[in-house]
Amino acid sequence: MSAPQSSPEAWSHHGYEMVVGLEVHVELATRTKLFSASPNRFGDEPNTNIDPVTLGLPGALPVLNRQAVELAMRLGLALDCRVQRSTFARKNYFYPDMPKAYQISQYDEPICVDGWLDLPGSIRVGIERAHLEEDTGKSTHIGGSGGRIHGSDYSLIDFNRAGVPLVEIVSRPDIRTPDQARAYVSELRAILVAVGASDAKMEEGSMRVDANVSVRLPGAEFGTRCEIKNLNSVRSVGRAIEYEAQRQIGMTEAGESVRQETRHWDENDGRTHTLRSKEDADDYRYFQEPDLVVVDPDPEWIERVRWSLPELPAARRARLATATGQATDAESVLVVTERGQDAYVLAVAEWGGDAGRALVYVKEAFADQGERPAVPAADVAKLTLMEVGGTLTATQAKQVLAEIVEHGGGDAEAIAADKGFEAMDTGRLEAMVDDAIAAQPDAWAKYCAGEVKAVGALVGAVMKASRGQADGKAVTALLEHRRSIT
Amino acid sequence: MAVRVALLVVSDRITPEVVAKVAKLARLGLSDDELQQASHQLSDMLDHFADIDALDLDGVEPMTHPTPISNVMREDVEMECLDRDEVLAAAPAAEDGRFRVPPIIGLEE
Amino acid sequence: MHDGASPTGVADIAWNVRNNLTSASDILERHLAAIAERDGEVHAFNLVLADEARARAAEIDDMVSVGRDPGPLAGVPIALKDNMCTRGIPTTCSSRILDGWRPPYDATVVTRLREAGAIIVGKTNLDEFAMGSSTENSAFGPTRNPLDTSRVPGGSSGGSAAAVAAGFAAASLGSDTGGSIRQPAALCGVVGVKPTYGAVSRLGLVAFASSLDQIGPFAHTVADAALVLESISGHDPMDSTSIRQDPLELTRQLDMGVAGLRVGRITDLPEGASADVVARLDEAFDTLRDAGAEIVDVEVPAFTYGLTAYYLIAPAEASSNLARYDGVRFGHRVEAPDTNAMYIATRTDGFGAEVKRRIMLGTYALSAGYYDAYYGRALKVRRRIAADFAAAYERADVLLTPASPTVAFHFGDKTADPMAMYLCDTYTIPSNLTGEPGMSVPFGTGDDGLPVGVQVLAPALQEARMFRTAAELERRASR
Repeated sequence: MSAPQSSPEAWSHHGYEMVVGLEVHVELATRTKLFSASPNRFGDEPNTNIDPVTLGLPGALPVLNRQAVELAMRLGLALDCRVQRSTFARKNYFYPDMPKAYQISQYDEPICVDGWLDLPGSIRVGIERAHLEEDTGKSTHIGGSGGRIHGSDYSLIDFNRAGVPLVEIVSRPDIRTPDQARAYVSELRAILVAVGASDAKMEEGSMRVDANVSVRLPGAEFGTRCEIKNLNSVRSVGRAIEYEAQRQIGMTEAGESVRQETRHWDENDGRTHTLRSKEDADDYRYFQEPDLVVVDPDPEWIERVRWSLPELPAARRARLATATGQATDAESVLVVTERGQDAYVLAVAEWGGDAGRALVYVKEAFADQGERPAVPAADVAKLTLMEVGGTLTATQAKQVLAEIVEHGGGDAEAIAADKGFEAMDTGRLEAMVDDAIAAQPDAWAKYCAGEVKAVGALVGAVMKASRGQADGKAVTALLEHRRSIT
Repeated sequence: MAVRVALLVVSDRITPEVVAKVAKLARLGLSDDELQQASHQLSDMLDHFADIDALDLDGVEPMTHPTPISNVMREDVEMECLDRDEVLAAAPAAEDGRFRVPPIIGLEE
Repeated sequence: MHDGASPTGVADIAWNVRNNLTSASDILERHLAAIAERDGEVHAFNLVLADEARARAAEIDDMVSVGRDPGPLAGVPIALKDNMCTRGIPTTCSSRILDGWRPPYDATVVTRLREAGAIIVGKTNLDEFAMGSSTENSAFGPTRNPLDTSRVPGGSSGGSAAAVAAGFAAASLGSDTGGSIRQPAALCGVVGVKPTYGAVSRLGLVAFASSLDQIGPFAHTVADAALVLESISGHDPMDSTSIRQDPLELTRQLDMGVAGLRVGRITDLPEGASADVVARLDEAFDTLRDAGAEIVDVEVPAFTYGLTAYYLIAPAEASSNLARYDGVRFGHRVEAPDTNAMYIATRTDGFGAEVKRRIMLGTYALSAGYYDAYYGRALKVRRRIAADFAAAYERADVLLTPASPTVAFHFGDKTADPMAMYLCDTYTIPSNLTGEPGMSVPFGTGDDGLPVGVQVLAPALQEARMFRTAAELERRASR
């Protein structure tokens, strides 16, 4: 089987394309649970954040947390959804970590609908809906291998997490490549963090991703889809989708029909495995929750939330891109914005510095600096001007930057002088170039004959002779000029 | 036009097979005799309840709540929790600060 | 039922205790003595709380002696249906699956009763999980009608009705989902009230059908019932279905009479009431006419579909509400090799036949492929019933119907066929579906000298006019 052809914008294998939708559950950053006032906290001693509602005790009644509604609206509006009148519904099924044997969720009328998420420099993925629901408790399985249910002797249930507010965000099946899937998850996470809805950490379980995968020949009807669970990292999302699509294509080509089922991704063996088939699936008997009433946010509340949203990652990337003359999906723009350091780059520009150089410096040297770098922007501004003005070469600037970062600031001129960096005057440079040509006649001959790569040896010789102080670009320019007049 | 024939046989509006599925959903164990009896009783009830089939309910909105209240919410403020020891003392089985159950086999997550 | 010297009834007792004319302890002992003498036969109680009650009575007496007012129900012995959570005190719903369970919290109504100075004397028997009309479905044995112990007290709040009828308590609380307060009140010859849905908090009431359940009082007189209802009603922020409303104000208007009130007679009422009950109802209309009310004929065409709608909606909600009884966190558990088997064994062993029947009916009505025909359709019928009542209330201020189709029947009369028992709720069910209030007031006797109850119905939050009408009937019934 040949490897699938894959580029960021296309994935194809034996002519088939993948059709992927993602369901993402996020834990909301509220102080208390969705329907009761026990703390919404991770890592406490088991069963210490419990109350009659959390435990599903007889006579207990749910009361909706206003902040959960506010955060659901925030993230919905950030995803360009419409906020609408919504109702709660009971999803009935038995499981020991489900204290009432039903989960209060939203079914017919979710709080947010019809939004979208633009992947940086790529496609727009539709968002069908986002709705509120309560989380389950956690079970630990004792006695089996690897803590799995299979072979276990018994299980222990902790209800601290039961009742924690979740929003489930369902995308439309617009995703066509593993890269797009990964980008969706990353961008969604960035938005959730930016609006304060969730800390969205996959590794802690505050963001969980399930993938719905099917395959088809382009333009044909959607194929049967499988739901993939247990995706614990962005990387897993990509790997699992890739595997599953190929699995389905293999079956289809062999004339087997793909069964609609839920499958479990095994990170260790790199495959998906059947968890349960549709026939085994429970009948959830959804009906409107009689213990709760309609939620109908008034237009004033919705507008207040909309206006209180911070600048979203896409807008920040656009601003940074414009200021630095880069594409919005350039790697430096993506990386720096994701780190939250875009504001810093713009601050350097406000101090009169060169935004483009600042972007490069920050990307390369500020990985450990966090959102508020300890280095004064004015200092960095000055350095950028020295490089752009030719006072320092790129290499020299890099070394000065390293000092500035290490010491949390510093005067670029003073540091440069300290290191003995001087601008190499043109005369000295020309002399070095002459020496290099003389020392490597073959390379020079090849270069003049048109072998562009041969210039490397000559530039290298000049760099060596100057102990790295020469400006590589200037050297190359000189050599080019020489060649053109030869 | 169909003529209604008096029901001389016991109705089979719900067959024992369907009752078995329903019992499974509800986690109730019924013997074969009980399944038969439940099928008869439930069918009999549903025969009575067929009176609403004749109503014209087009355009009628379902009524899930007696009163049109909306937007009941509470502030995001912590309140006192239950005492774990008291709660676990009332549990059928507990270990290590948690509720203990037999192996969780045959259930969907 | 005046004893001559000692006060009986809620209003009398409270007045006497608050004014230091009688001690709460004396009142309590009288009631405990009555219980000791007769509850072995009647079995109104699952649990008598003699020690707790004595301690509370002593507290009340202390308060009075230092000049503090214990509240409007000072020293009043009150019984609670055993489906209301009492902290640290067993709450069984008369089911084996909750045998011995002690809630870690009080129902809101319990807190309010205590704050009003009432003394809780015990938890009363009921049909298991409030499902039934005779209290024969209790896992702990039936309650007997104090007026004729070969007959049922009605249900599901049979214990609470009997406790008042037998003089074990001055008042009691029951719950009404399809008539479970009003029907036993009629059968036991006491007053029973189901308030407007949302007027009384459901927090701590073990749920049967969430959109139908309401807590309400039993008492000997309309005035007593009004006092109790005033004390327990009012907004509860911990119950999302609780109406944002101050406590009901009822006692002030009780003696206003019915002059000019439009009392509706439902001409298309479903049949099934026995002749003696029909006769008393006719007399009730005559009585109110004599008192100055205007009797108007109204139609409520969808009334007759109430039974069907109820027996699809209530079991559906119940099937979900009762799923939490799974042996994991509290209550009864039957051990098994895996959790699923444990669920089945626990629930099969723990639930009685009627509860299982309704769980299955409800599960079926909600299940895939059947939802639209059953539960979904029933919700539309509910809307239609509400619309018909709304139209009737444009022409009438209150409506009168029988509370129960018959007087108290004998044990075993209706247990062979579930539908026969369900028909007991014919006249009470529609007001549960609409959420409107209803109350039963004793009005004469029927066959075998057994009491007949007349039901007064009113629009939502119009308890005042409902109580006024009932008070008038009560005044004239004793003439």
